Amino acid sequence: MNRLRMNNGRRLVIGVPFVWLMLFFLLPFVIVLKISFAEADVAIPPYTEIFSYAEQQLQVVINLGNYIFLSEDQLYLAAYAGSLKIAFVSTLLCLLIGYPMAYAIARARKDLQTVLLLLIMMPTWTAILIRVYAWMGILSSNGILNGLLQGLGLIDAPLQILNTDTAVYIGVVYSYLPFMILPLYANLVKHDLSLLEAASDLGARNLSSFWKITVPLSKNGIIAGCMLVFIPVVGEFVIPELLGGPETLMIGKVLWQEFFNNRDWPVAAALAVVMLALLLVPIILFNRNQARALEGKL
Amino acid sequence: MKRYSFSNLILVLGLLFIYLPMVILVIYSFNASRLVTVWGGWSLKWYAGLLDNSQLMGAVMRSLEVAFYTAIAAVALGTMAAFVLTRIPQFRGRTLFGGLVTAPLVMPEVITGLSLLLLFVAMAQLIGWPAQRGLTTIWIAHTTFCSAYVAVVVSARLRELDLSIEEAAMDLGARPWKVFFLITMPMIAPSLAAGGMLSFALSLDDLVLASFVSGPGSTTLPMEIFSAVRLGVKPEINAVASLILLVVSLATFLAWFITRRADKRRARAMQQALDDTGTPTFRQVIDSRKAMTPPSTHS
Repeated sequence: MNRLRMNNGRRLVIGVPFVWLMLFFLLPFVIVLKISFAEADVAIPPYTEIFSYAEQQLQVVINLGNYIFLSEDQLYLAAYAGSLKIAFVSTLLCLLIGYPMAYAIARARKDLQTVLLLLIMMPTWTAILIRVYAWMGILSSNGILNGLLQGLGLIDAPLQILNTDTAVYIGVVYSYLPFMILPLYANLVKHDLSLLEAASDLGARNLSSFWKITVPLSKNGIIAGCMLVFIPVVGEFVIPELLGGPETLMIGKVLWQEFFNNRDWPVAAALAVVMLALLLVPIILFNRNQARALEGKL
Repeated sequence: MKRYSFSNLILVLGLLFIYLPMVILVIYSFNASRLVTVWGGWSLKWYAGLLDNSQLMGAVMRSLEVAFYTAIAAVALGTMAAFVLTRIPQFRGRTLFGGLVTAPLVMPEVITGLSLLLLFVAMAQLIGWPAQRGLTTIWIAHTTFCSAYVAVVVSARLRELDLSIEEAAMDLGARPWKVFFLITMPMIAPSLAAGGMLSFALSLDDLVLASFVSGPGSTTLPMEIFSAVRLGVKPEINAVASLILLVVSLATFLAWFITRRADKRRARAMQQALDDTGTPTFRQVIDSRKAMTPPSTHS
């Protein structure tokens, strides 16, 4: 009796989150895949049905037109390339800035560490929309940065920064830097410092023991941090929309326009499917890394 | 030594980079001038004007409502997921389960938003629900991605717990549910609070998911702000943004403070138990737990 109850309880505790995630996270992707093979239609909802039942036979009409359309239009290819480029460069920038920051926190006094961590964590909990908005006021041509530079006499005419790719890079690095620092810190703080002492006793210089010991040991932190930045940035919408200009092509923005402005749901679905396919390898990499961390094996 | 000071320098510069824009935003929200970039003296008029803006206030109330229910549901769901991942080593579909729990952390929001909307449309066609998209559909979307964050926060705590306490209770005949609610839950309470506040903040901030799955009359605060700032900086929005920064910073600080205080108290209690007897016995640990829970739950 007791055993039976326990199994039922166990089934419930596994079942509830499992069913929820299957229904509201996995199943939607299947539907996206399905609708990416449909055709746009003037109807509610605005796409054609793939499965139809006619003459006592189930008919499946698969339409590859959306994918062919995507591959033929330069705009979409450029948007994918643009997204990948911006995500790659900003991940690199985040790593270059974030690594020394995480390192400094991990080597700080214990009581100082918690305060510094709070300072890093606070922004990740604060509205991204608002922090991006703050940059609009700073970067605009009559904004604070241009005013400061002109006041110092460094430039004569205001620089056009807002609505350029530069502004997008600033916004992305600004918004995602904490997501790079947190996993790096979690990794760096666990390092056994006696390894570095041993290396220094054996005559290694600080820099060489840093490259040969600290960096390889922090591999998992680097992977987690890079994935936490790269994957969401590829699909980023808010930052290119508010800080980018007309020449900023990112796939998240294109998908948004395709859906909300052109009301072409099947093309938007196809865009999402291709984006997901591009991100599949990084996502699996992240999931493996994360699953091991969740189980405490890292 | 040289590298050490280099990283400290980057840390200070990085923190300045993170906080300066927010400080500037807050300062300019007190700017009397309508021209956002020209300083016209201190004023509170944009804050006062907010109260009369019924459209904005309506959006604030809707956002707070969704965030409240999201926090509750995400904590329940995320805690279950964390419990499964840390306490049930084997069952069919475990790898898939682990993937489903962590994937929402990184999945681009445009993909999740679009796919959830298409799900709701398909469901409406098939079973007639949801007949109309609105706050409920936004709540479902937010709960799904917030529970992933809760699962990460809570599983970190669950992993640190001494399993022998739970095992001892189980050996003494307590049912698994009782063990969870009387023993595990009090010990992970701070991380539940932290997860709840994090979910609240994330839900309050989300623009993309809400835009996809909202319906007529369910415009949330970020959607309202977004449509206002698309064309440029506005003084009213500076005031709203500063207020949100204030609320979220306070919530974050509170969550951090609660967790930290609980950590310290636990460390002290452990030390005391060790000092008293040399090593604590299971019996003592369980007794001390019992003493902390109200007696009515024992009957």
